[in-house]
Amino acid sequence: MRKNKTIAVAAAAIAGSLLAAGCSSGSNAASNSGGKDWSKVTSVAQGGGMAALIKAAKAEGQLNVITLPANWANYGTIMKDFTKKYGIKINDANPDGSSQDEINAMVQLKGQSRAPDVLDMGTAFAIKADQEHLLAPYKVAAWNDIPAAEKSTDSTWYGDYGGYVAIGYDSKKVKVAPTSFKDLTKPMYKHQVAINGNPTQASAAFSAVYAAALANGGSLGNINPGIAYFAKLKRAGNFVPVTAGPTTVQSGQTPIVIWWDYLLASEVGATDPNFKIVIPTDASYAAYYDQAINATAPHPAAARLWEEYLYSVTGQNLWLQGKARPVELPTMIANGTVDKAANAALPPAPSTPLQFPTQAQESAAEAVVARQWAAKVG
Amino acid sequence: MQLAPAAAPGPGRDAGAVPGRRWTHRLRRARDLAGVVPFAAYVIAGLVLPMAAIGIGAFKTPFTGAFTLRNVHDATHGIYLHGFATSMELSLIASIVPGILGFLIAYAIYTAKRGAVLRRVAITASGVFANFGGVPLAFLFIATLGNTGLATRWLTDIGFNPYNNGFDLYGLGGVAIVYMYFQIPLMVLVILPAFEGLRPAWREAAQNMGANGWQYWRHVGIPVLAPSVLGAILLLFGSAFSAYATAEALTSGTIPLTSIQIGSFLNGNVLAGQENVGYALGLGMVVIIAMVMFVYVVLQRRAARWLR
Repeated sequence: MRKNKTIAVAAAAIAGSLLAAGCSSGSNAASNSGGKDWSKVTSVAQGGGMAALIKAAKAEGQLNVITLPANWANYGTIMKDFTKKYGIKINDANPDGSSQDEINAMVQLKGQSRAPDVLDMGTAFAIKADQEHLLAPYKVAAWNDIPAAEKSTDSTWYGDYGGYVAIGYDSKKVKVAPTSFKDLTKPMYKHQVAINGNPTQASAAFSAVYAAALANGGSLGNINPGIAYFAKLKRAGNFVPVTAGPTTVQSGQTPIVIWWDYLLASEVGATDPNFKIVIPTDASYAAYYDQAINATAPHPAAARLWEEYLYSVTGQNLWLQGKARPVELPTMIANGTVDKAANAALPPAPSTPLQFPTQAQESAAEAVVARQWAAKVG
Repeated sequence: MQLAPAAAPGPGRDAGAVPGRRWTHRLRRARDLAGVVPFAAYVIAGLVLPMAAIGIGAFKTPFTGAFTLRNVHDATHGIYLHGFATSMELSLIASIVPGILGFLIAYAIYTAKRGAVLRRVAITASGVFANFGGVPLAFLFIATLGNTGLATRWLTDIGFNPYNNGFDLYGLGGVAIVYMYFQIPLMVLVILPAFEGLRPAWREAAQNMGANGWQYWRHVGIPVLAPSVLGAILLLFGSAFSAYATAEALTSGTIPLTSIQIGSFLNGNVLAGQENVGYALGLGMVVIIAMVMFVYVVLQRRAARWLR
């Protein structure tokens, strides 16, 4: 019964915290593999080099990841390739969970062998986890290739891959291609435009509102025009407020979806050859997810090896093949290590330099959306 | 009540001076209590502890854990206060309307001639429908009554586009209609046994004394059924009040519902570090359900007075 999810979630959270309280005294047997405490190691050089790291990780034998859907940014292939390469078994908990679920799991499973080793979360949540001292500082070998704006100064989290807010449409049902947010207000798109969820809950939907703000005279410090835009779209009858996804596109309920370009490609485009993706001409809004290591990871060496793997050319190109833009992409284009075919398959990025909201701007925008979304758009 | 004999003053207590008898008395008492242990453990783990955690969390500051009234203030102002109002409005519509419809359907089944097969089919079907919910249910309605749904297209073909005539699946009314899908069968399921509890002898007795059908219902049937009907409608209210996934999938949060707002705090990807406001909202839901329960108990006492 999914209807009663709220209550089930609350009950599970409480049961989980009780369990955690009961088990947090359990010792961490795996952390001393190879005679070295890998949970304190902050770079591969400090740990004695790549060979030592691989040896220790293989001795641990397992890696716990969390909230990684197989069809999201190519994670299915990435996990399989990692296991094949190093013989380390990957346990993927709660593939469809959220960033908050990741934090809950770190807190509630602390000290247990089931706790997540590595995390892939939204920046706001990475900062929050860092404030709660849940993350281990670690610098991957490619640390200098990550732009300074995309990593924390204490090296507890670092941008991994991201994309642009894009407009995806089923070209069989949408005869005139929309290219901007402004286009979507036209009467011919009546009953066609949707986003992927509730912007007070789903970060992709929140980002769609942020991008709409940029397209309508707003700024990173002012998201209100984005809310006003969706209110106008709703009144015109163009906005269908259902949670859009591959099923709603295939059944024709939401022929146009505003979502991350890489998720439009992997989740919708993969099943529909007529599905086209454009980055709107009037707004370029991009965001990166972040990698982090659990400070009390049950498999600390495997966790560090996973990060080294993800930030290697192989890992970065695998994300790129999943239509996500890896954080080292500019460097890889410059030094020629990029998978050129995969890069060419991406919707062309706008040439305007990207701007990212500061943490304060983003928090303020979230608070505005939480207060205004239902009030204005409903 | 199992506990009554143990608590009642009786020979066992008077004979307390004899140590052996006191001992057996205590043993018996412990044995009587042992039967409720599993249920008590269940209630504590499933209700008391979560409620205590919500109650404590509602007054805590994130990170520091210091006492604060800020969360409760936030939860009772602005969009969150609006959320409670909308949730209650939706729950009232989605409990009273299906309550009446379900009551009438159950009555029809109860009075049907040679109704044994009909009853069995209706109960089985109701059991299935009442448990269908969440995102699949939302999608079922989107695909049939959505703006390009199958039924919508048929209606448009015969000259009546519901969306041009004030219908909107993605608003409060639409969500209420979708909730009817599981609320009506739920009502049928819980109220049918109450109908079956009406003894034919009562009706015969009333008729013997010259009562007509209306008088029988006015003075016998409805008073006997009233506590069950109230209880069933309360159940429907709770079911609609806590429902979450269906409304979320249909409206993307464009109608403010407390359950969706709690979801944004507890397992969202956008609002970080504000779970305690979510706890405060949860506390508000507990308070509302407690008030509804209180009204129910008062009404039921009045209704039950007739039966004494």
